[in-house]
Amino acid sequence: MHLSPDELILWQYGFIKINVTIATTWALMLVLVLGARLITRNLEHKIHISHWQSMLEIVVVTIRKQIEEVGLQHPEKYMGFLGTLFLFIALSNFCTIIPGYEPPTGSFSTTGALALCVFIAVPIFGITESGLGAYLRSYTKPTFIMLPFNIISELSRTLALAIRLFGNIMSGAMILAILLTITPFIFPIVMSLLGLLTGMVQAYIFSILATVYIAAATRVRQET
Amino acid sequence: MLIDWFTVVAQAVNFLILVWLLKRFLYEPILKALDAREHRIASELANADSKQTEAIAERKEYMRKNEEFDRQRAAMLSKAMEEATVERQRLFDEVHKEAEVLRTKLHDRLSSEFRNMHEEFAQRTQVEVFAIVRQALNDLANESLEEHIIAVFLQRIRSLNSDEKARLGAIFNSPFQTLQVRSAFELESAQRTEIENTIKEALATTASVRFEIEPNLINGLELVIQGQKVAWSITDYLTSLENDVSNLLNLKRKSV
Repeated sequence: MHLSPDELILWQYGFIKINVTIATTWALMLVLVLGARLITRNLEHKIHISHWQSMLEIVVVTIRKQIEEVGLQHPEKYMGFLGTLFLFIALSNFCTIIPGYEPPTGSFSTTGALALCVFIAVPIFGITESGLGAYLRSYTKPTFIMLPFNIISELSRTLALAIRLFGNIMSGAMILAILLTITPFIFPIVMSLLGLLTGMVQAYIFSILATVYIAAATRVRQET
Repeated sequence: MLIDWFTVVAQAVNFLILVWLLKRFLYEPILKALDAREHRIASELANADSKQTEAIAERKEYMRKNEEFDRQRAAMLSKAMEEATVERQRLFDEVHKEAEVLRTKLHDRLSSEFRNMHEEFAQRTQVEVFAIVRQALNDLANESLEEHIIAVFLQRIRSLNSDEKARLGAIFNSPFQTLQVRSAFELESAQRTEIENTIKEALATTASVRFEIEPNLINGLELVIQGQKVAWSITDYLTSLENDVSNLLNLKRKSV
């Protein structure tokens, strides 16, 4: 019994190592990129389009709509980051239905990396949108006294992002593994379905929170 | 150890690579395709709108033209009917006139033919009747008849009134005047002498008498001098009968 797929190391050379988390991530990346490439290779501009193209369009349009609904004015600008965040986590969690699969999102290293990316992306988007001064000033809002609290909030929410996703996925996988040893029939399937639902919800929560953080950062300019 | 910093860095790099790859192969192509299709649909809708507007305008124009056409057709039909009525009346009148003319011509021709037929019939009848009569009289002619004819002729000369005798005598007494006696038959010498004596006695003349045979007289005998004639023959009767029949036919023709 292991808590994280990081512990399963496939290859190592000094401090460089390839564990199951990284390998699975590559596999997921390959699936996502190849799938996208295959479908978008022959995109049709006609009124009638293929089912695959239609499916991809639904996904992309829904992501864009969600970003827009949160309050970001130019969703296309954030779509690469936020959409990929959602698709990667969703696919990673969805694949838990495959027996023996170790979701990368069940690794605190992965969720931490993603949370770190969000942590870095938020100020980058904020500064790009409203400028360094305005962005930094936003930490002193509504008063200067709030500066430490705002910084703590920034750090804690990043940590919360990482732990929330990790906790949910890891716990789901853990429960499933324990149940398999106790009741190998029926019940694990139900739990697996529940885990699938939880995984989708977590993917949504993670990406929507990231969107909200970025929206909050970019809204500085609109308020000033 | 829950967190492995190498894995964290590796996953962050992986994620950023994935972001770039998906942006390159998923979002941009899909968004471009969406935009292109939206533009296309918008342009097609605009095109459809313009075509619909055009179609509505054309429909209105078509309906207007159709109504105008109907109006013109009705007017032309009405005009044509009026013209046809007038033309029919004209043709009817013309035909009526032609028929009248033809009827008149036909009537004239029928009348003419009727008349000609009547004339021909009458003439033929006349010719035939007279031919038969002449033939009958010729067949009946014999010596006793000739003697009777001579007796009647002589009686006529004797029974001339005094004025006629004086007028004929004055003619016959002219010098170098020859009396001409025509007969349908050959006169015997005794008969010639009797005739000559009777003439000279009745008319108190000494002129010489010349006898000629004239078969057309049909059992007749006549004394001729300078267009004056004293005669008796069946020809005279027949001529008189012919004149009467001709007069009758002429009267009938005029009445037709």
